[in-house]
Amino acid sequence: MTEATGAPGRRSMQDFEAVLTGSTTEVATFDEPKRSPIQHVQHFLHANPTIVPVVVLIASVLIFGAIANNFFTPFNLTLIVQQVTIIGILGIAMTLIILTAGIDLSVAAIMVLSTVVMGGLGVNLGVPSVLAIPIGLLCGIACGAINGGLVTLFRLPPFIVTLGTWKIFFALVLWLSGGQSIRSQDIDAQAPILKLFGGTFQLFGAQFTTGSVAMLLLFIVFWYVLNWTAWGRHVYAVGDDREAAALSGINTNRVLMSVYAVAGGLCAFAGWVAIGRVGSVSPQSFFEGNLDAITAVVIGGTSLFGGRGSIIGTLVGALIVGVFRSGLNLSGVDVLWQQFAVGALIIIAVAIDQWLRKVSA
Amino acid sequence: MSETQTAVGTPVLKGRGLTKRYGKVVAMNHADFDLLPGEILAVIGDNGAGKSTMVKAICGAVVPDEGTIELDGEPVHFTSPIDAQSKGIEIVYQNLALSPALSIADNLFLGREIQRQGFLGKYLKMLDKKAMHKIAREKLNELGLATIQNINQLVETLSGGQRQGVAVARAAAFAKKFVVMDEPTAALGVKESRKVLDLIQDVRARGMPIVLISHNMPHVFELADRIHIHRLGRRLCVVDPNEISMSDAVALMTGAMQPPKAALV
Repeated sequence: MTEATGAPGRRSMQDFEAVLTGSTTEVATFDEPKRSPIQHVQHFLHANPTIVPVVVLIASVLIFGAIANNFFTPFNLTLIVQQVTIIGILGIAMTLIILTAGIDLSVAAIMVLSTVVMGGLGVNLGVPSVLAIPIGLLCGIACGAINGGLVTLFRLPPFIVTLGTWKIFFALVLWLSGGQSIRSQDIDAQAPILKLFGGTFQLFGAQFTTGSVAMLLLFIVFWYVLNWTAWGRHVYAVGDDREAAALSGINTNRVLMSVYAVAGGLCAFAGWVAIGRVGSVSPQSFFEGNLDAITAVVIGGTSLFGGRGSIIGTLVGALIVGVFRSGLNLSGVDVLWQQFAVGALIIIAVAIDQWLRKVSA
Repeated sequence: MSETQTAVGTPVLKGRGLTKRYGKVVAMNHADFDLLPGEILAVIGDNGAGKSTMVKAICGAVVPDEGTIELDGEPVHFTSPIDAQSKGIEIVYQNLALSPALSIADNLFLGREIQRQGFLGKYLKMLDKKAMHKIAREKLNELGLATIQNINQLVETLSGGQRQGVAVARAAAFAKKFVVMDEPTAALGVKESRKVLDLIQDVRARGMPIVLISHNMPHVFELADRIHIHRLGRRLCVVDPNEISMSDAVALMTGAMQPPKAALV
């Protein structure tokens, strides 16, 4: 619009702006400044952050396939998927929370607590499995809601809240279980449905577990929820700029509360899957599950600062860790170098994230 | 006097005797406020005059201790900005309240997304991205922001003026009663300011009343139909920008001059 359509008698453009009459008249031009090839790459990756982990995954599969014996077998590849099942599901929970610019150190503790509740009720106390499992899942949701309540109502930092609840939930695990594991044969006898996700089936000459199928389905469900529902958009908005989200009419506390509760439920579900995978209920298992889940999320390209990332990236991140572990193992490399490689991957992934975030500056 | 003045009906928003105290500090002292249909009302005042408290009161961010607010003649009590938003009042905040990592389309509909019809919407809560993109494109076109090629572009890749354009488009698209703009040109360069000023006039040309808060006197005098001068927690006077000089307005604002008899209120 030009001044001609302004109200009559209105002061015209200020003198110092007179030179602007010769300039462009669009209200906002979206012309792209000249970019170097590296900036092109930076912008492309910024818009498609999952590309980096996907490329790393494909490259690592090809490299280990070439150098390690027996890597490229259906057996080994499906074994990798089985090995990342638990961390993958915990990774979904962790992704939701990290997208809100939070962190959850208690995911594995919630998971183990839920397995102890399910196993204790279903096996030791003889409660029917159809009751024991929902109670275990509710226990996970309640744990997540406690985290969410402390983060929203008391405005405590998520790191501190979940550092505390991590310890508390593990203490509850030891108290409820008395430090005792529940043996595999007892589960088979009392509550075989607890091992539902340990079931296997053959497909194309490879062996799959129902647990890994459940994990893949959960990834699809949460990809849908994050990308195709208002709640999903709000999760991103709250993590990106909480103030702006609130001013846009989003109830940020309700979003955060629901994220922590859903994450707790996912952890409990991961516990049910873990009983099938491990075969028993052990209070001493998965002590580093929280850090492994954070590793998968970070390597998958999700930003620890919130608002940026994707759920598919987390699946890819978990698979990258699995591929490195398996590949280095089959190549006969010492276990310590697996730790070394995963550590290097985390640092590289965060460095790439920092570089990509400069696009907006 | 501009043409909007002659067609005066009920004020879109009428505030009377608005008072807000914070302990012993009186931020707002029986302030009055009138926004007329179709006008740009500029609100000016020295720092600490309480204009931001008053503007917050009319858009729900501050609940006044005393006084009444009428929206189109109906008494209203806003308890939050969301409450005011639901009654058709949109605010363009100085910090824009956009989500940088989300796209232009996502930002336009943030907090009021459209769901699909039928099963997908009802049970799967699926968003109707097609409809939202279509409306977003229309709204941006209406305001001459058609050069935005890619509605999926992330807001963080836009310049300051472009972001302001998105924020103004969002307010204009959803406002039913009026739009409040807080320092819309404060962070912008000369050329981008010009574009945003044109954009504001476009919004007014479509009949939408605007409350403009600005410290930039040239911009105020160019855009405003009436200027509300706030001083010591209350409305000092309302003046016609065509009948007063910029320096007199500043003198009134700072207390160096008493309101002239020709003042509108």
